[in-house]
Amino acid sequence: MMNGETMRYVLRKFCTMLITLLIVSFCVFLAFSVIPGDPATQMLGTNATTAQLEALREQLGLNRPLVIRYLEWVSGIFTGNFGNSYLYNVSVSSMLKDKLPITLVLTGMSFLFIVMISIPLGVLSAKYYDRPWIRTFQFMNRLLMAIPPFFIGILLTLFLGLILRLFTPGGFVSYKVDLFSFLGYMIVPSIAVAIPKSAMTIQMLKASVLSESKLDYVRTAYSRGNSTDQVLYKHVLRNALIPIVTFLGMTLSDIVAGSIVIEQVFSIPGFGRLLIASISGRDYPVAESIIFIIAVVVMLINFLVDILYRFIDPRVEKA
Amino acid sequence: MKKSMSFMTMLCVLATLSIALCGCAGGKTNASSQIVVGIAQDLEDSLDPHKAVAAGTKEILFNVFEGLLKPDADGNIVPAVAESYEVSGDGLSYHFILRSNVKFHNGNPVTADDVKYSLEKIAGKMGDSPMIPAYSLIDSVEVLSPSEVCVHLSSADADFPSYLAMVNAAIIPADNKNPDTNAIGTGPYMYVSRSIQENLVLRKFDDYWGEKAHIENVTLRIVPNDDTVVMNLRGGSIDMYARLTSDQVAQLTDEYDVLEGTMNLVQALYFNNDCVPLDDVRVRQAICYALNRQNILDMTSEGKGTIIGSSMFPSFGKYYVPELADYYPNDVEKAKELLKEAGYDDGFDLEIVVPSNYPPHIKTAEVMVEQLKAVNIRAKIKLVEWNSWLSDVYTGRNYQSTVIGVDASYLTARALLERFNSKADNNFINFKSSEYDGLYETIINMQDSDEKTEYIKKMETILTEEAANAYIQDMAEFVALNKKYAGYTFYPLYVQDFSKLYIVE
Repeated sequence: MMNGETMRYVLRKFCTMLITLLIVSFCVFLAFSVIPGDPATQMLGTNATTAQLEALREQLGLNRPLVIRYLEWVSGIFTGNFGNSYLYNVSVSSMLKDKLPITLVLTGMSFLFIVMISIPLGVLSAKYYDRPWIRTFQFMNRLLMAIPPFFIGILLTLFLGLILRLFTPGGFVSYKVDLFSFLGYMIVPSIAVAIPKSAMTIQMLKASVLSESKLDYVRTAYSRGNSTDQVLYKHVLRNALIPIVTFLGMTLSDIVAGSIVIEQVFSIPGFGRLLIASISGRDYPVAESIIFIIAVVVMLINFLVDILYRFIDPRVEKA
Repeated sequence: MKKSMSFMTMLCVLATLSIALCGCAGGKTNASSQIVVGIAQDLEDSLDPHKAVAAGTKEILFNVFEGLLKPDADGNIVPAVAESYEVSGDGLSYHFILRSNVKFHNGNPVTADDVKYSLEKIAGKMGDSPMIPAYSLIDSVEVLSPSEVCVHLSSADADFPSYLAMVNAAIIPADNKNPDTNAIGTGPYMYVSRSIQENLVLRKFDDYWGEKAHIENVTLRIVPNDDTVVMNLRGGSIDMYARLTSDQVAQLTDEYDVLEGTMNLVQALYFNNDCVPLDDVRVRQAICYALNRQNILDMTSEGKGTIIGSSMFPSFGKYYVPELADYYPNDVEKAKELLKEAGYDDGFDLEIVVPSNYPPHIKTAEVMVEQLKAVNIRAKIKLVEWNSWLSDVYTGRNYQSTVIGVDASYLTARALLERFNSKADNNFINFKSSEYDGLYETIINMQDSDEKTEYIKKMETILTEEAANAYIQDMAEFVALNKKYAGYTFYPLYVQDFSKLYIVE
């Protein structure tokens, strides 16, 4: 399977990824030097005097030219050293290591929910697409698609937290303290992320299954005496899932980036929370590292989806 | 169909599981001896009290660290690590006698050497430049005996004891290698752990020299989103939250006591006194007359708050001049007249910069914009992020006007007034008055006396007469406390004292 052409393809994709990462890292660095304020103004607040600001900038090394600071940072990343947080005075890697599992669990759980909700429901809505109850469901589904996750988050908090009392709003428990409670707390935020994405996936899958069922091979399968279910699960679904894999891949990278908002709503101290705090606090090393990592993850997912797609659907090779 | 059935079964199992797990997460820890306090921001600082700058950090560290002196709830400066002190006649040396029973959280007793180390550290004798410029007054620290220390100043300053009462002058052990992450102090609570952007855990210090704390464990939980504060309180993940807005208070249920105090800050429309047309005193006065401050309070906080007329608030007792609050009654005609005199009968455009993270200031500015329309001043609000505000408005002084609250960084009346002397580095409104500067020079070295009080009042009056800023109010502060707890104490400065909280039986 791994012939020369495929290798070249993978290599080319990989190189594009590296170049994109370099550009992203430089843009991030540049952005922070353009926006007003710096770590020194943040740290000194309203007690600042010009002399103190200068002294602190000198101490933090902020007075050195942009290019030098950038090169230092990039070379640091290659050796696994993300620098020290200006505000907390601890190493960025240790901060990230603490927060990574939280965001990973949120992303993983949301993804799991999406797959588990959307695939059965998508198939069902395709199978019974002309029944009235499916039409009602379709209408609701379109509605859910349009609601942003943070709003669903607030609604869920209100309903599950304050009315049904099934969940404590803001009662995050760290995975270090109690793994079970931690996972329990992450369920509601994951559902908030999963609902609109599932709604979209259901639509996609339904459309895909329906268009696939009109193809000739389906008629052939029926003529061989297969039952509806056999045709659906053995033939149609396999082909209909191909575009869904790409879509889910994109969704996954979307969730990684989208967790920033949902973490804010549910007071989850993950990557997103840390990112927002470090941007408003001008804690450059932390913010830059997180943006860089998110960029890497998103690109890696896209890269994998590209490759995966090629394996699932051999037609891509010809393109 | 079989396959789709198994999917459905899985879904059902999952749903049941979710609910079961949710139930677990909802299980509140028994509040036998613990309280969870919500705070708006993490302590985005090192834990070294000498490096703490953010007000939000200092108000928490107040429970962990103490200086030789500390403020009490009435605004007096009382001895803490020191038992007593004497000032020499020339005001240049302070002789401290240390308390014998003060221990650090690691169990070691506090010695004169620790005091010398701490004071030399804040004075910048160890390389770093002093965080608070006032500490550079410390010339040397002399250890007279294991329990006696003499601090020599390079020039006399009557406010020196109040500088020492700040948490930035805390006494920390000389042998602590990592004060940035390992917080060891002498306060009623000791530091246990922190998780960045999540929480900070404190535990009662059993060997505290003074009145011991009542609640064993205090967890400070960060609630980053303003909109979820009320939900978190009602859901029970936090028991207390200070500085709520009146809107948030209205949404609380009766499980909570709402206590009302004052923020102890001067909220005003601060003018850049250097910028046209605000460099004209008549224009500034016209704005003062055009504003209806009672109306601002009614519109923004249901009338709660104290109207003030200068850079001083009522907590400062004898230094506060109540008459100044009515110096500029709402008088649109008078305002128009003054504008006409100044040559602005058609009004002018005014930009009000407001930091976007302070909803109360934004609301105040919105009401102002409406009120200023009556005198043809076309005001518009520009929202900026806090850090942009700090760099553009506060240090860059590149703005026309801004709504903000200014507090006293240490517990003296002078702390509120010193920034308006024309040489002050933090005089962000570019205020200039030679009379004011003269008075300021005079009071620096004056010990408390009636004469000094008069001078300070005179300074406040100058600020009002010159309409340096359009003063609005000392804002009301609301604290929500679960009825299971009591004992919240307001301080005349930005402090939260957890040691006074207790559980209602």
